[in-house]
Amino acid sequence: MAQPEGLLYSKEHEWLKVEGDVGVVGITDYAQNSLGDIVYVELPREGQTIQQFGSIGVVESVKAVSDLYTPVGGVVTEVNKALEADPALVNRDAFGEGWLYKVKLAGPAELEQLLAPSAYESLVAEG
Amino acid sequence: MSTFENAALRRTALYAEHVALGARMVPFGGFDMPVQYAGILREHAAVRTRAGIFDLSHMAQYELRGDGVAAWADALTVNHVATMKPYQARYNIFTNPRGGAHDDVLFYRLPDRWLLVVNAGNATKMWPYLQDAATGRDDVRLESHQGSRALVAVQGPRAVEIVAPLCDIDAAALGYYFCAEGRVDGARAVIARTGYTGEDGFELFVDGDDAPRLWRTLLERGASAGIEPAGLGARDVLRLEAGMPLYGFELTEDISPLAGGQTWAVKTAKAAFVGKDALVAQLEADDYDRIAGLVLDGRVPARGGYPVFANGERVGEVKSASIAPAYGNKNVATALVRKDAAAVGTSLDVEIRGTLHAAHVVPLPFYKRGT
Repeated sequence: MAQPEGLLYSKEHEWLKVEGDVGVVGITDYAQNSLGDIVYVELPREGQTIQQFGSIGVVESVKAVSDLYTPVGGVVTEVNKALEADPALVNRDAFGEGWLYKVKLAGPAELEQLLAPSAYESLVAEG
Repeated sequence: MSTFENAALRRTALYAEHVALGARMVPFGGFDMPVQYAGILREHAAVRTRAGIFDLSHMAQYELRGDGVAAWADALTVNHVATMKPYQARYNIFTNPRGGAHDDVLFYRLPDRWLLVVNAGNATKMWPYLQDAATGRDDVRLESHQGSRALVAVQGPRAVEIVAPLCDIDAAALGYYFCAEGRVDGARAVIARTGYTGEDGFELFVDGDDAPRLWRTLLERGASAGIEPAGLGARDVLRLEAGMPLYGFELTEDISPLAGGQTWAVKTAKAAFVGKDALVAQLEADDYDRIAGLVLDGRVPARGGYPVFANGERVGEVKSASIAPAYGNKNVATALVRKDAAAVGTSLDVEIRGTLHAAHVVPLPFYKRGT
């Protein structure tokens, strides 16, 4: 399964789409599939400053609580409010409607710490 | 994510079926078991509205023979054994001398023997325990079939129309918690109208060699009725909604049948049994912590182990929790709490990651079929 192009990935199975100086963050399809039915997502607050790779929330499936690590640092500008009523959006459309939050990027250097689609694909292929 | 590999992990006779169906396998009770196929909530819905098929072959099946079985088992358990009629099934709990639960089990009485089904995770303690208890008696003979026998459950409102046509006995006429010996899809079986989901359904005890064919037949013949394979994840949500205890959570060596909400099964009028004195004392004092049903007001799920508070004071902890599709998609839980916090209607708080979340006590079960 190829990973979508135009995104960067973290080893913790988050994706990042860079739009100018803002990054959109979500979890990958591999991650949502591994978690199973998602019933609750706890996101950072708008305006909150977050550190790259820091634990900034949780994703809860029927069976388990998983920490959410941000692939980049910066200031949170928006969270996906649709997930409050319908957290299963993450299952249905992890790379689209199921995005989690947007962040004003701390700096371009952090992006070098992330994986290209092919490198992330290798990571998940190893299981 | 981590991959768990363990050479000692056992496989049921249906392992290849699970893999072929794309199941996610997890270690459970010493076996590599399917936790889900298409997804827990989808499988849950199949069982509540149509039918689900489960592999429960990890559960330990023991056969008990001899004239002394009933009296012997009555002395080890809280519920009546000797009063069981032939072909009757009954829930029971083995207790320790302190009244704690050693295991919760099902007895099935057949004309020439008894079938005893114990939790997979408890088999390593139950088998030696039972053997010890039968030492020196020639009127109680035990045989373990764990692993070699299979157990396939079909559960849900449409289970009967899927299972009954495959049986050479009148399975549709079987009463709830009764069983029969016969053939299902040609395989010799104990056909029982029992289950752990809160729905109508059957549990089919067959030889492991016959299990894969039976499994495939049930999936094929049940397809038009909407049968789906269901894993341990769905089973846990189903049993929690139905108010059924899971050993290790609502019942443990330290949580008695009374505390675990199974007072109905404790027959103190029985002659002496292991733990009876302790249980009678608990009943008389009536001051023990007990399992309560909780509904959380918000959307944040509770989890086993989370602390429970009443007016700022810690009164217990969550044992099991899940979103409950059959209870308005609310977050529900069982919690072991102080007696004064267990009454229906009591406002409690569950601490989730450092924050208190409002909950209140409701009657168990959360779900009853036909309501």
